[in-house]
Amino acid sequence: MEFIASILMSGISLGGQYALIAIGYTMVYGILRLINFAHGDVFMVAGMVLIYMVASVPWYISIPLAIIATILLGFVIERAAYLPLRSAPRMSVMISAIGVSYLLQNLMTYITAGQPMYYPDIPFLSDTVPVFGTETQWAKLITPVIVIVLIVALTQLINHTKIGMAMRAVSKDFETSRLMGIKINKVISVTFIIGSALAAVGSVLYFTNFSVIVPTSGALPGLRAFVAAVFGGIGSVPGAVVGAFVIGICESIIRGTSFATFSDAFTFALLIIILVVKPTGLFGEKITDKV
Amino acid sequence: MVNQKKNIKGTLISILCILVFMAAVAVLENLNLWVPASSLPKWLKPTSMLFTVLKKGAVYSLIAVSLNLLNGFTGLFSLGHAGFMLLGAYTYAILCTPSSVKDTVYYKYNGSSVNFSMQEFYQSFLGNETLSMILGVVTTMILAGLVAALFAFLIGLPVLRLKSDYLAIATLGFAEIVRALFQWEAPFWGRITNGANMIKGFPKFSDFNIENADGKVVFYMSTLFPFIVAAVCIAVMVLIIKSTYGRAFRAIRDDEIAAEAMGINLAKHKMMSFCTSAFFAGIGGVLYAMYSTTVQAKPFTSALTYELLLIVVIGGIGSVSGSCISSFLFVACSEWWLRFLDKETVIGGFKVPLLRDGFRMVVFSVVIMIIVLFFRKGIMGDKELPEVAGKIKNRIFRNGKKSKGEAEK
Amino acid sequence: MKKILALVLALLMVTVAFAGCGNTEAGGEDVSGEKVIKIGVFEPSTGDSASGGKKEILGMQYANVETPSVTIGGEEYKVELVLADNGSSTDKAPSAATALVDADVSIVLGSYGSGVSMAGSEFFDQAGLAAIGVTCTNPNVTAGNEHYFRICFLDPFQGSVLANFAVDKFEADKAYLLGELGNEYDQGLITFFEQAFTAAGGEVIKDSFPTNNADFTTYLNKAKAEGADVIFTPVSIAYATQIITQAADLGIEAPILGSDTLDDNKVLEAAKDTNIGLYVSTFYQEGGSPEFDEGIKAYINSNEDAKTSNGGNDTISAVTAMGYDAYYVALEAIKAADSADKADIKAALPGVVYDGVSGHIEFDDIGDAVRDTAYIKTSDNTTATWVLETVQKAG
Repeated sequence: MEFIASILMSGISLGGQYALIAIGYTMVYGILRLINFAHGDVFMVAGMVLIYMVASVPWYISIPLAIIATILLGFVIERAAYLPLRSAPRMSVMISAIGVSYLLQNLMTYITAGQPMYYPDIPFLSDTVPVFGTETQWAKLITPVIVIVLIVALTQLINHTKIGMAMRAVSKDFETSRLMGIKINKVISVTFIIGSALAAVGSVLYFTNFSVIVPTSGALPGLRAFVAAVFGGIGSVPGAVVGAFVIGICESIIRGTSFATFSDAFTFALLIIILVVKPTGLFGEKITDKV
Repeated sequence: MVNQKKNIKGTLISILCILVFMAAVAVLENLNLWVPASSLPKWLKPTSMLFTVLKKGAVYSLIAVSLNLLNGFTGLFSLGHAGFMLLGAYTYAILCTPSSVKDTVYYKYNGSSVNFSMQEFYQSFLGNETLSMILGVVTTMILAGLVAALFAFLIGLPVLRLKSDYLAIATLGFAEIVRALFQWEAPFWGRITNGANMIKGFPKFSDFNIENADGKVVFYMSTLFPFIVAAVCIAVMVLIIKSTYGRAFRAIRDDEIAAEAMGINLAKHKMMSFCTSAFFAGIGGVLYAMYSTTVQAKPFTSALTYELLLIVVIGGIGSVSGSCISSFLFVACSEWWLRFLDKETVIGGFKVPLLRDGFRMVVFSVVIMIIVLFFRKGIMGDKELPEVAGKIKNRIFRNGKKSKGEAEK
Repeated sequence: MKKILALVLALLMVTVAFAGCGNTEAGGEDVSGEKVIKIGVFEPSTGDSASGGKKEILGMQYANVETPSVTIGGEEYKVELVLADNGSSTDKAPSAATALVDADVSIVLGSYGSGVSMAGSEFFDQAGLAAIGVTCTNPNVTAGNEHYFRICFLDPFQGSVLANFAVDKFEADKAYLLGELGNEYDQGLITFFEQAFTAAGGEVIKDSFPTNNADFTTYLNKAKAEGADVIFTPVSIAYATQIITQAADLGIEAPILGSDTLDDNKVLEAAKDTNIGLYVSTFYQEGGSPEFDEGIKAYINSNEDAKTSNGGNDTISAVTAMGYDAYYVALEAIKAADSADKADIKAALPGVVYDGVSGHIEFDDIGDAVRDTAYIKTSDNTTATWVLETVQKAG
């Protein structure tokens, strides 16, 4: 019972954290048709930034500051590495994303001098609480709640604001919306800002659970979150969230069996099967608020 | 194709260039045998960095060209190359590690299930040790390529129908699955793959040096060998690219629908390109194993594929010679020329700021970003060396010489 | 704009190329005319094992400060350490090894991690260099070659020591073994632990987690659900700290056993103020040589870089002591050879006998150190220090 409860709990919280990353992937893909390989690394940098900030300012100031820093990073990356390539073939942009990811990882290796960094204890989030006879952190319990709140807010933004409408228009038809007078670059920047902000929130939740960051920490969660986005139908926000929870829970369950070795292999096998059987993913295309 | 005739001359010249370059490599490596050591600069010793970089560069150029064949010439964006290399490297390591070594290497599993090696198989009826080693290695290389191609075929059946990004992600997933499989610790499987442990003891580049009876090297082949293999494989790929198949590949890249309308069988040609690419990636994996002298699944990550992809892009998507040139430059920069950036240096009492471990890779990735952003076409664009050389020669003679010199580095 | 950029880039490349070549020029004398002998340090300072590698380098650097010169043939030679970063990765190891060969080192020390040692091995052999492995514990490092030696114990020994300890101390009959997928060090130790543990009548459950994994709660809960008496995780430092933190959160009561990699102050920090029972086998226990302890602590505290490398405090890791000993073994070999030539040193190395801070060092036919002792220590979670639990002998 404890075992099952803990598996489900870690699965759900993991899923929630993947969801926060996956939204960044799926929104960027929806608009730019770009797999932003650097997104996982932005997530890692968000964690690193917080570590360095907590050293000098209290946590309740550093968390918002770290989120702002991550937003800035996402914005700068888009302006510096993707904007100049707007007219280039899609592959060039993707290569640029790989280059950014390479750069962020190497930069972090340099700054941390190759040492693993330790995530600070954040009051409340890091505290443990007994649930179903097993101990767990608050961060884990509130992750799904935070995810749901953020998703609702995001859907409201997409469906009921001007910028949200612009985003939907751009993701439907890039060229036409440009002709209709939508400022494409602004929309794209906003997309990156939202994606980075969610990744930063995700990183606070994720690293409170997992406490150690190395420069490659972002790669694997990033890849899994991407799989989640594809699974749910890339371009669709609800799809990404559902996909992330499915991947998170499946991963946790497999780790609990004797095939733990293959937990990642399973994630990718699932991806290939989904792609082959239903290339648009679970919610692809059908959902209209595709951003 | 108006300038087809002109290109024959260009092709001849480039073949000649490559031969001269290879001869130069052979001479350089063997200089230390003919010239007294004291009069030879240090970087010409057979153990120097120059030759390590040349070896790795040759290995990478083969793999980069095979990736280019897929990404650049057929327009199939695949990120599964590390997986194919892994298959090749493991096939080689399993089949070519002498059975006498296997007991120690597979100590965790009390020996290997594959209780023979290709060299021993040949030696049993040929007798000659050197000849059977060469035959064994060459046979295994082809086998390794075939294994990689077979897996490419199997995975290609479902995934090649996918469009660009989806194909990239599916192949990336395939590579990760293969890696997980080769790290599996199950006893029966571990007796073949050695689990997480590395396999070593198979023939390496240095085993191709020609030795006399006393075991003294009379002719160094260790750098020349990867060059020969890479040159032969690249030549085959160039022939494929130049053939009607190659033209069909390019037609698919430029416009799938138009290509299909012209009567090109999409599925067949895509599969062909995918398998050919995997075949040569498998052979590249064998060379990679020989270079690093050990085989383990760990380094064959998606990061390796990304690295190769960057090489292809820097060289120019759709240019064989570009991929080769950028392989050498990439390896030399990352492993050799920039290494001083990792060292804390004091010049005249002034400690140079920033220099410490890891700075090399930061500078290197910044350089890559600059290339990706500002020199989008890479070194060669989609042109080949003879074409570019001819053009420059026509414009200004002096510059033509310089670019060739650069290219041969 | 593009042209200028291209020009700047090209210039940069050329300067860099020259600087690169300039660096490789090295002679037997430095600028002041002093005789110099170079010792190569083949260690990871980036990548997964960076933190361990840096601590090992620290020991060598301290030894170098303590004894900066050696007498060869009546002449005083300054000893210079040449560092090459192998990036904890087998595909970067060949060029790092070649960089050392190019720098004309006379002997090589390292590496932390067996995989990179094996990957660099061939390149040292080609150059006729001898290498002293410091804490690479995989049997294959020294097997089948003439030039690789090591001063630490081996995985089969360490694995069985810990298994015996688990049986003796905790009367364990069920063990949960957790290692990184595809890491030969983890998997090797797990195999040997399993062999010894099952031979003693125990039962094991094995699991592997993928590289870069950060969620260990499922594995730990599995261990708990299966009723494991001990948890054995011979993983690298970054994983170990996470496993311990998460085990503490889950309230795991079974003791956690670890190998020499867990002997690290970051791990101690993770265990601080928790109820985790942490036991590690290692090469050295603080207090083994008070003189060395004092000296290296003073060195670490006087040098900001060294302190950072040591993880921000002055707790002595066993690998640091091993690095220190490795340096002196190399010096002994140089003295015995009475020559700065790598071939002479290689010939003299097998005969070296040295009493280091980590114990008596002597090589057998294969090139392994003859060692029959491992220290098992446990963490004091209130003060974050190691306490010696027992000294375990082979057999």
